[in-house]
Amino acid sequence: MTELSLAELCIFACSEAFRNNGEIIATGVGPVPRLAASLAKLTHSPELMMTDGEAYLVEQPVPLGPRGYDDRKAAGYLPFSRFFDSAVWTGRRHAMVTPTQLDRFGQINLSYLGGTYDKPKTQMLGVRGFPGNTIYHTNSFFFPAHTARTFVAGEVDMVSGVGYNPAKRVPGGNYSGVDLRVIVTNLCVMDFGGKDNAIRVVSLHPGVTFEEVQEATGFPLEKGDIVETPLPGAEALDIIASLDPHNIRASVIKDNPPARRA
Amino acid sequence: MTTATLDKRMSARDVVASLADGMTIGIGGWGPRRKPMALVREILRSDLKDLTVVAYGGADVGMLCAAGKVKKLIFAFVSLDAIPLEPWFRKARESGQIEVLELDEGMFQWGLKAAAFGLPFLPTRVGLGTDLAELGGLKTVQSPYADAETLVAMPALKLDAALIHVNRSDWRGNVHLFGADTYYDEWFAKAAARTYVSTEELVDRMEDHYPDEAQHNVFERCFVSGVVNMPCGAHPSSMPPAYGWDMKAFKAYADAAREPGDWAAVADRFVGATEEAYLESIGGKEAVAALPLPIF
Repeated sequence: MTELSLAELCIFACSEAFRNNGEIIATGVGPVPRLAASLAKLTHSPELMMTDGEAYLVEQPVPLGPRGYDDRKAAGYLPFSRFFDSAVWTGRRHAMVTPTQLDRFGQINLSYLGGTYDKPKTQMLGVRGFPGNTIYHTNSFFFPAHTARTFVAGEVDMVSGVGYNPAKRVPGGNYSGVDLRVIVTNLCVMDFGGKDNAIRVVSLHPGVTFEEVQEATGFPLEKGDIVETPLPGAEALDIIASLDPHNIRASVIKDNPPARRA
Repeated sequence: MTTATLDKRMSARDVVASLADGMTIGIGGWGPRRKPMALVREILRSDLKDLTVVAYGGADVGMLCAAGKVKKLIFAFVSLDAIPLEPWFRKARESGQIEVLELDEGMFQWGLKAAAFGLPFLPTRVGLGTDLAELGGLKTVQSPYADAETLVAMPALKLDAALIHVNRSDWRGNVHLFGADTYYDEWFAKAAARTYVSTEELVDRMEDHYPDEAQHNVFERCFVSGVVNMPCGAHPSSMPPAYGWDMKAFKAYADAAREPGDWAAVADRFVGATEEAYLESIGGKEAVAALPLPIF
């Protein structure tokens, strides 16, 4: 048996974010979050709804990478227009995404880095659906490289997703839909359960210390009741392998390290 | 009314000739998918300038920016999907060459719907708690009901013209759109004063040929001003089920943004003197038809 990888540990940890979510759309953007949502649906949370990554709802999660075009079997239909009407604006969704920056308030950025709105130093994708997602439904995050460039000191360069920053709350606005759940990284699992939704560490991956995580983070972290991040068992690993036959997960974290440090 | 007035067939050149400098042009499709690229190329061959472009952007936006056609861009993202960051768009942004209004993907279509219904705005929560509303100069409104909620007033995105690529049309503008998703093409069509469709297949009377496929008529012909017969007109973007995107062409286009990095030096490779010449340069209709559909 091959050694358990850190990516597999992360997939397992991310899948826990989708437990007890109810009958909502689980969206994982990127290989690890997508495998995590699929694993959750095939194990503890069959009630989750999921698309094929395009426009169809599937009950059997679609594997990553090349395959026969008609392999997917559609059980329902959720094209973009209906996605907003049915999933986003009704709050029936939990998305796990990888922004470029995240700050101590859980504000995220995917738009640009440095410079100004009119002349950014580095233009990225644009805000995509982050502003709407974050004010309407649950969101979690996965970061394959936990660094102070990602978990920034101060605030993100362009606030593209709603966080818990009181200074950004327009009086009279309805923020009851804001629900940031977990942050899984290559070092640890965090949540927003600290004082005033502060980010706190709740589990450390095997061999990682709190000090190391704090060192790689641009803002002070709180300590939860820290445990060691649980490892996936044989059943979960088999499912992950079946959903990722081309081993795309091995390319997500630099050098594909093992779950337990040597 | 005689049937002659319903004949909406035009050439791509006629379409572009009907547009004017400074207009607001909506472009259908999504990133590298079902983009009316042949009509975009015709704009690139013209003198048209100072456009406000409204799009879920892909190479359409990148090319128009690179060619200096864009004064202002209204967007939620610009991406080629497998090549996440659109390099020509980035150059335009990072040089401060274009004005922008950046929007959330959902509030963007809310703006199209407001325009379609003739409303000045539609209320939404989207934008609150982020930098969008402030940077975009968006105003808020207060609900007049007991909740008194403060909401963003998403302004109507009124379009002077919309460009859309469809799978099939007849000369009266009855259209069929296929593929798993038609994105917001119907709202672009309704938000525009005039909508021009380019089509993979042109038939004479839809009801004679495909009476059983009317459910694919995503928007009605009253929203179609002109029809251009343009097989392969989405290339290099995808047009399911006819053909997938041309990742080789996108890669060459992206590479050219680094080396030589100058649009004038490479425009001919990605635009061509005429659409016929462009199609020939990429291997003709057979090559386009052979492009596999992407798998997600």
